[in-house]
Amino acid sequence: MTLLAVERMKLLTTRSPWWCAALALALTIGFAALMAATADARVPVTVGASQFGYTFGMVVVMVMAALAITTEYRFGTMRATFLAAPNRTPVLFAKTAVVALVAGVIGEVAAFGSWGITKLLAPNADLALQTPYEWRAVAGVGLVYAVAAVLAVGVGALVRQSAGAISILLIWSFLVESLVQLIPRVGDDIHRWLPFTMADKLITGDPDPSGRDVVYGPPPSDAALGPWPALLYFAGVAALVFAAAVVTTNRRDA
Amino acid sequence: MIEAVGLTKRYGKTVAVDNLSFTVPTGRVTGFLGPNGAGKSTTMRMILGLDTPTGGSVHIGGKSYRDLKNPLRTVGALLDAKWVHPNRSARAHLAWMAKSNRIAAKRVDEVLDIVGLTAVAGKNAGGFSLGMSQRLGIAGALLGDPQVLLFDEPVNGLDPEGILWIRKFMHRLADEGRTVFVSSHLLSEMALTAQELVVIGRGKLISQSSTEDFVAQATENTVLVRSPQLADLRAALGRAGVSIRDEGDSLVVSGMDIAEIGELAARSGAVLHELSPQRGSLEEAFMRLTGDSVEYHTDIADEAAALLSTEGVKR
Amino acid sequence: MTLLATERMKLFSTRSPWFCGVLALGMVIGFAGLVALAEDDPTTLGLRSTLFGWQFGLMVVLVMGALAITTEYRFGTIRTAFQAVPNRTAVLLAKAGVVAALAGVIGEVAAFGAWGTAKVLAPGADLAIAGEAGWRSVAGIGLVFAVAAVIAVAVGALVRQSAGAISILLIWTMLLENLVGIIPRVGDDIQDWLPFMAVNRFLGDPGPDPVMGPWPSLAYFAAIAAALLAAALVVVNKRDA
Repeated sequence: MTLLAVERMKLLTTRSPWWCAALALALTIGFAALMAATADARVPVTVGASQFGYTFGMVVVMVMAALAITTEYRFGTMRATFLAAPNRTPVLFAKTAVVALVAGVIGEVAAFGSWGITKLLAPNADLALQTPYEWRAVAGVGLVYAVAAVLAVGVGALVRQSAGAISILLIWSFLVESLVQLIPRVGDDIHRWLPFTMADKLITGDPDPSGRDVVYGPPPSDAALGPWPALLYFAGVAALVFAAAVVTTNRRDA
Repeated sequence: MIEAVGLTKRYGKTVAVDNLSFTVPTGRVTGFLGPNGAGKSTTMRMILGLDTPTGGSVHIGGKSYRDLKNPLRTVGALLDAKWVHPNRSARAHLAWMAKSNRIAAKRVDEVLDIVGLTAVAGKNAGGFSLGMSQRLGIAGALLGDPQVLLFDEPVNGLDPEGILWIRKFMHRLADEGRTVFVSSHLLSEMALTAQELVVIGRGKLISQSSTEDFVAQATENTVLVRSPQLADLRAALGRAGVSIRDEGDSLVVSGMDIAEIGELAARSGAVLHELSPQRGSLEEAFMRLTGDSVEYHTDIADEAAALLSTEGVKR
Repeated sequence: MTLLATERMKLFSTRSPWFCGVLALGMVIGFAGLVALAEDDPTTLGLRSTLFGWQFGLMVVLVMGALAITTEYRFGTIRTAFQAVPNRTAVLLAKAGVVAALAGVIGEVAAFGAWGTAKVLAPGADLAIAGEAGWRSVAGIGLVFAVAAVIAVAVGALVRQSAGAISILLIWTMLLENLVGIIPRVGDDIQDWLPFMAVNRFLGDPGPDPVMGPWPSLAYFAAIAAALLAAALVVVNKRDA
């Protein structure tokens, strides 16, 4: 518990998480507002469409999570931390837990904020949260953010450099996963098993039952698993990266 | 010669440097003295055109730094020894600096030799100790064989050997007729290194004079007197109109020299057990002058400790 | 010229450009190899499908360009640089020039390397570089990389932080420009004027009724880079180093 409190204090006493949270909320909710305000009869607003900007928030959250650990290396405070708590495994767990929690909260606020502003700007649209799909599409955002944050802390702890960690995370999640599909024959099969495609599945459903046109909302994921197993798979990947980070951090000189 | 006129730097509401005017004479080592946070580094950065003054101006040999052509040939500076790319070799660091000011490449090896880094020239600067980084920084300052040299806290964190090396080095540079401007928060160090002193506190000029004058003015000369007939002696001294302070079983007298006190004691028939001149230390003088102007008052104790823990030179 | 030489020395005396160069080449050429090897029916392989990996190269070049200036701030060498050459405009222009040249070379080597690799691994495919459009989509990659590097240097100089600059550049290129198209009604019209969409028009198929042709698209992309660089110059000259 002490370690959690310590990591919470460390995270929230610098400006970066506040910045990141504000940015993540502004981007997701702002994008939802933009979508709702520009919608017309031909393009009905759906629950799915209200969560269009969730990937924006996710990148920002991953950047925040990676920075939470790389800046400790950058400024040498990691050494101070390990002096204060020589057992490194709990330190990493505590930091990851705090960052994941903050990410989860940002995700929920972003998702329900986006949904709320859509409801406000498009009062006639059907935005009731009734089916499991609709609940997953909104409330699931926080879960995906939390897991993505764990992944990002893991990558940050492995790479120890802000520039490197951010580049890897962003290029992987936005470029590698989508460009893989361009490989003939095997590309699509590989793509179905990639972690962020899996994470998408929880949000975009299997398939989207509202029958919307695919361009009016996040493109439906072609992940190989159903929504909840897909989230577990994503969490499994995050856990593996995090475990690698724990092993390396324990072995390495601080 | 460096000439600052009404130099001012404001960051929002904070005034880092406040209407500062001073001159740094040619061919001497001038110390730039002040407590931490007094505005020394900011002033140096303004001299070098890195920061733009909010008001006033500073000129080197009549020109502002930004108007100098190939400035490294006129002014060499070491502001922070850690301003090197950790994955670039010492030689490569100096090589790009030389190239930028059209300085011959062989000069790089010369300065490496002067500061004694030839053996590690190919090593990445990130692995250097503070002493080695400092030498690399000095090599960079010497690269253009400049007439004016600026050093910001060059002995900070160095071992005694390194401090001695830098001290001798500054004197050599001044003996060669160069203008050396060196900042420090350690008066004891400056007393040994500098011939002239510019003293600032809280961004304001406190004094500019030769080191000797500064020390003479700033330190108070007193005489310690011990006697079994202390009461009689105090009365006699009181009648002579000098200021007296009790210190345990002795008196501290100021305003009368040692011979006069001895004669006065003889006349009043008092036996003397001790009659000794007391010199205030430079540190005390510095503390007294800048005491009001230390930026963070809670740090005064630390400051004093830092001052006294250095191989303090009492005069 | 002296300043260009200075910046060249600075760039090549650290590992980062070598590392980025190798990474960019490896990704672009490696992707071409992967595509060529995975395809059963080589006749379906086209020139452009072997060059898809150029986007990886672009990301690496953006990161390299940003780091070229942000690391100078990070390690304080920017102050040494401005001390040596107080004309900050000249320093920044020289740096942008050198980084752009390197990015251009990386782009050309990567593009022709990818093309050559695909040709060797899939000899049955028709990979002839034909006509202006063909040459544009291969040789154009170097030009795009060079301009992109200028954008990266400008953003790096404005932001001064590796993490911030890289996040902005990557999120902008990979996420923002794509998602904007999704906005109902106006999205497509906005997208027409986004810089990296202009790059797609230049390198690839401009599609029916494009807002501007391939070469004007490149000119537009370059104009945005110039505007950003100008903003960076103003800010760097105003700011304390």
